[in-house]
Amino acid sequence: MSLPYLVSLLYQYADNVAFLLLAALGLMIILGVVDVINLAHGELIMLGAYTTTLAYHRAHLPLPLCMLLSVVGVGAFGMLLERTVIRRFYRDRLGALVATWGISLILSQGTLLLLGPSLIAVPLPDWTVSYGGYSFGAYRLLLFGAAVGVVLLAWWVFYRTRLGVRTRATMQNAEMARAVGVDTRRIYLYTFGAGSALAGLTGALYAPTTTIVPLMGTTFVDVAFITVVVGGGANPILGALTSSALLALISTPLSTALGTFAGRIGLLVAALAIIRFLPRGLSGYFHDLQRRRMAAART
Amino acid sequence: MERAAAVLSAGLGDPFRVVRTAQRAATQRLSGRLVVHHSCSLTHAGACHRRGPRVEGAHRRAPPRAPGMAQPLTRVGAHQRTEDAMTNDETNGIASSERLDAQESPRPEAVGITRRDFMKATAATAAGVAVLGAPAIARAQAQAIKFGLLEDRSGNFAIFGLNKWHGTQLAIKEINEGFTLDGGVQGPGGPGVHAKIAAKPPTQNIKQTVDNGGAQTRDDVVWTESAEYLVKSGEQGVLGRKIELIAPDPQSDNTQFQALARRLILDEKVDVIMAGFASAEREAIRPIMDQNKMLYFYNNQYEGGVADKNTFCTGAVPEQQIVPVMQYMIKNFGPRIYTLAADYNFGQLSAAWTRAMAPLLNAEVIGEEFIPLSVSQFSSSIAKIQQAKPSWLMMYITGQNHSNFYPQANAAGLQFPMGSSINIAQGYEHRRFAPPALNRFHVTASYMEEIPTPRNKLFVKRWRAMFADEPYLAMEGHSAYVATHLYAKAVRLAGTTEKAKVIQALESGIGVEAPAGWVAMDPATHHLSQYIRLARCDEKHDITFMTEWPHIEPWWTRRLGVNLVNKPEYKQYVPDEDPFFKMFGKKK
Repeated sequence: MSLPYLVSLLYQYADNVAFLLLAALGLMIILGVVDVINLAHGELIMLGAYTTTLAYHRAHLPLPLCMLLSVVGVGAFGMLLERTVIRRFYRDRLGALVATWGISLILSQGTLLLLGPSLIAVPLPDWTVSYGGYSFGAYRLLLFGAAVGVVLLAWWVFYRTRLGVRTRATMQNAEMARAVGVDTRRIYLYTFGAGSALAGLTGALYAPTTTIVPLMGTTFVDVAFITVVVGGGANPILGALTSSALLALISTPLSTALGTFAGRIGLLVAALAIIRFLPRGLSGYFHDLQRRRMAAART
Repeated sequence: MERAAAVLSAGLGDPFRVVRTAQRAATQRLSGRLVVHHSCSLTHAGACHRRGPRVEGAHRRAPPRAPGMAQPLTRVGAHQRTEDAMTNDETNGIASSERLDAQESPRPEAVGITRRDFMKATAATAAGVAVLGAPAIARAQAQAIKFGLLEDRSGNFAIFGLNKWHGTQLAIKEINEGFTLDGGVQGPGGPGVHAKIAAKPPTQNIKQTVDNGGAQTRDDVVWTESAEYLVKSGEQGVLGRKIELIAPDPQSDNTQFQALARRLILDEKVDVIMAGFASAEREAIRPIMDQNKMLYFYNNQYEGGVADKNTFCTGAVPEQQIVPVMQYMIKNFGPRIYTLAADYNFGQLSAAWTRAMAPLLNAEVIGEEFIPLSVSQFSSSIAKIQQAKPSWLMMYITGQNHSNFYPQANAAGLQFPMGSSINIAQGYEHRRFAPPALNRFHVTASYMEEIPTPRNKLFVKRWRAMFADEPYLAMEGHSAYVATHLYAKAVRLAGTTEKAKVIQALESGIGVEAPAGWVAMDPATHHLSQYIRLARCDEKHDITFMTEWPHIEPWWTRRLGVNLVNKPEYKQYVPDEDPFFKMFGKKK
């Protein structure tokens, strides 16, 4: 249990949190505000990775610019999707599920048809940091920084801007928000665009670390859904944050001690346990807690 | 519920009809009209729910349906008409089906099935069967040999499958044009020559030779091999018949493999099947091959042990790959081994081989990790390796997700030497990832594109003439190529494509001049002897073949008593069934 070992453990924890957070935040925001389960989330991540890789290799742009292009491009694509398809399914959750699943199939198989089974990957910047016999890839620390930055940005937008107020109003009670004059259709459009942009960012950030294949979204989407369900839709940001922190806390020591497989199993069992005892997810639990406290204060 | 039924049944028809049906059903419910949704909506996509009030009324006027056969059959007839009209007027899209809806409106009152409907239905069915059956009839007349191939062209294993598909295509083209691999029963041998050789083997990549090893000053014994490996077969195709390749894409999905295997055997009635990259895929379909007595070639390196009368394996096995690479790595880097394996039958059994062979070679496996095939982020694995501090790593990771390990390990600063029986030779990671990710990588390969012999240069030239954009000629593309030629020779020898006779011909001790070198099919084990070369990848991703073993036999299943000529079997042996494995393991 030496200090370098603990540092290594902390590094892995940060890495796992970043992965869960980046994979889940876009999905969570869309679920929380629009109440649509976006099964095409994995494919949006894939599109982000593809955009970055193609921009890097074909247009020879610098990597940060390629990533920015991914964010903007996938965000715009998300808004287009919302306008054309998702809009029709606001009151029809099952229909939305099927529609987004159809979109995911079109995107993944379409990419396979147009661009072939794989692309040459963007080279991973090999910034290495050594400490006490362990060496760490610094790019993954960057990913953690990006995850934290994204959460802070989302919090700032939700709680410190007019747009955020309107979005929270729409989340709380859409009919009342409309009655008060909030343009909920526009809010939904922007939210879907933001969720897609976040998915694009995830794809762009992880593009150097993984092979670029049309089905790469699946490796992100299964953990994303688990994180989202554990987080609960009551408060997207709090939910995503607490959920990824908790799940990574359980899976990291298991991965380190017993292997990747054990870590995966641990994550799934933890998710099961949390859902069993807190059916509305972690943010739902905190939300109820807060309400109970307010009710108690009133009496 | 009705909407779901409409969606399901509309799968074949006009997609817009689904939406219209759905909307209609919704409006009907909302407007309070009670339209009886009877079972006919399950047989056709709402064809009885027409547009417009007139037709709705006509529908309701129909007599209450007895739950008998009468009305549904009328509907079936109507459906058939719609179906035919759709094929005729496809370009008109929705318009034609709307017209048809209007045309069909007078019919709803008819109660029983009319003779006209029956005749139309039968004619439509007969026409349909004829259209679907025509290709099969045409093929039968041409009498081509049907060659079934199931290699992944998409999904986790696409990189490997594409290469094998190309190898098969190249071989079939050569066979159909009248060529075959030189071969016979015993390798031709060659004159042993005393000559001067360079101090080290050459280093090359697929574009050029980087270092030819230095001045040729050392005295040694060498042997020659002919550069031309193809000879004229004396006919076009085999036994006067061309080979026709039927190659659907199983998409790296075991269930698809099973479905497509059954289709190839039962519908297409192929004469041979060559299929599978991953061991899981092979084991998913091998029982189907045995049930149907189908001749099956598995052209991939694997964990060994398949003893099956109907199966021939042309890829390398552990005694040909794992043992030599372990020998080399232990001698050069040390005795502490850490194994990283994919978590399925291949990874588990290859790791078992490593565990069992280590004590024999005075080494020790200090740690193992089995990684599920879907994992693509490896921070925890990398941290565990750094904690264990091995002398070298044994790598059995496979698939596109796992190949991400190399750039991630490189970025994390991992510097251990690595040995493998699969990576870089099969998945050309050294061409896909930027240097120096695969530095210090060693693999014992039955073939790699960098092999510097004149024979291989000719083979590469011919391959790239047919497939100019091929990223790399991988080990298993060569296995597929050799297997196809071997099959053609066996059919020619047997004089028929009848599977039992071809199996006998393959068991006759046949051998061929493969581009990698002479290989021979062992009658008892149904495996090929292989020419094995140990490749080392350096920091610029150039390859040097440090050691070569020109002829390693597949001896392991023979040790277990397998002799498929006398005693047919249909199973796969695992290391646990070999008493020798446990015997040496106990010593340390």
